[in-house]
Amino acid sequence: MESLKECLLARAENGLIPLSIQTWAVQNFGITFPAVEEAILDLNLLPARYQRNQRSLSCGQQLSLFRGKVAVIGCGGLGGYIIEELARLGVGHITIVDPDTYEEHNLNRQLFSKLDNLGQPKVAVAAGRVKEINPAVTIVPVQKAFTGKNGKGLIGKVDVVADALDSIPGRLELAIVCEKYDIPLVHGSVGGWYGQVATQFPGEYTLQKIYSRCSGEGGIEKDLGNLSFVVPIIASMEVAEIVKILLGEGSTLRGKMLSLNLLDTEFTEITF
Amino acid sequence: MKVTVKLFASLRKDRFAVDDFDYQEGATVGHILASLHISEKEAAIIFINARHGGVDSFLKEGDLVAIFPPVGGG
Repeated sequence: MESLKECLLARAENGLIPLSIQTWAVQNFGITFPAVEEAILDLNLLPARYQRNQRSLSCGQQLSLFRGKVAVIGCGGLGGYIIEELARLGVGHITIVDPDTYEEHNLNRQLFSKLDNLGQPKVAVAAGRVKEINPAVTIVPVQKAFTGKNGKGLIGKVDVVADALDSIPGRLELAIVCEKYDIPLVHGSVGGWYGQVATQFPGEYTLQKIYSRCSGEGGIEKDLGNLSFVVPIIASMEVAEIVKILLGEGSTLRGKMLSLNLLDTEFTEITF
Repeated sequence: MKVTVKLFASLRKDRFAVDDFDYQEGATVGHILASLHISEKEAAIIFINARHGGVDSFLKEGDLVAIFPPVGGG
């Protein structure tokens, strides 16, 4: 009987393995979809779904993304887009954490919210969405609030954490846990026409500097709310930072913060 | 002494993006905030000449003071 590797090599078309072959291999060899994905990438082949990534991400980089583990803390506006983009990229392990259920006021910007899932847990809806998009992704939904106490169990084994929370005290708590367990943290936040992104490596305390003068209070979003077009820009910039960290490529916002003003179309970078 | 003040995001509303002001010797960032009716909690990040500063930071001739509000939504 042909081995999995022999089958894949024999059925590759221009270095690509079509979804139909990947699905056939899962059934024929009785292994999981992620296992087939890893075998394909190990052979320096590419699941055909990623063919439009090919000129920007090599097979080796696609394998690095597949082996990457990311925790997305918060599954609202920012979190929804971050999860969607990570799943489409083929990031292999995504832990998503949020205690909330969808409410009507989420419909203005939260990607996975829709009329017929109001009242449903955000993490369960997001996990279902990821399974529909990319079965190679292992998604771990956790319907809890992130705290200093449960933080280690939630993010202790990941490579990068995405901040998609909606409160400043929550972010500061997340930054402390990331610092404690030596995990890079990609920060994003939004309010009205405005947003910001930053990347913090252990020992840099960037979030503490950003919010050093904020106590238990909210930011400008308490007055201004959040707009549909601001959220995905900040989420996408967070994903770009995550990908660069997972691949060790490019220049990140490490030690910096990029402030976006979409009302006046101004991007301002500051260095801490 | 002349100091340039640059406001970011929602702090510009009903104020300005960038403007020059005269302050007395010994003035601090706190004096800027008071003169512009910006509360201390609205001034989350204060940079003076591209370096992280605070409300108590003293100003000098020619300083550029940048003030960002807290942004915390998700």
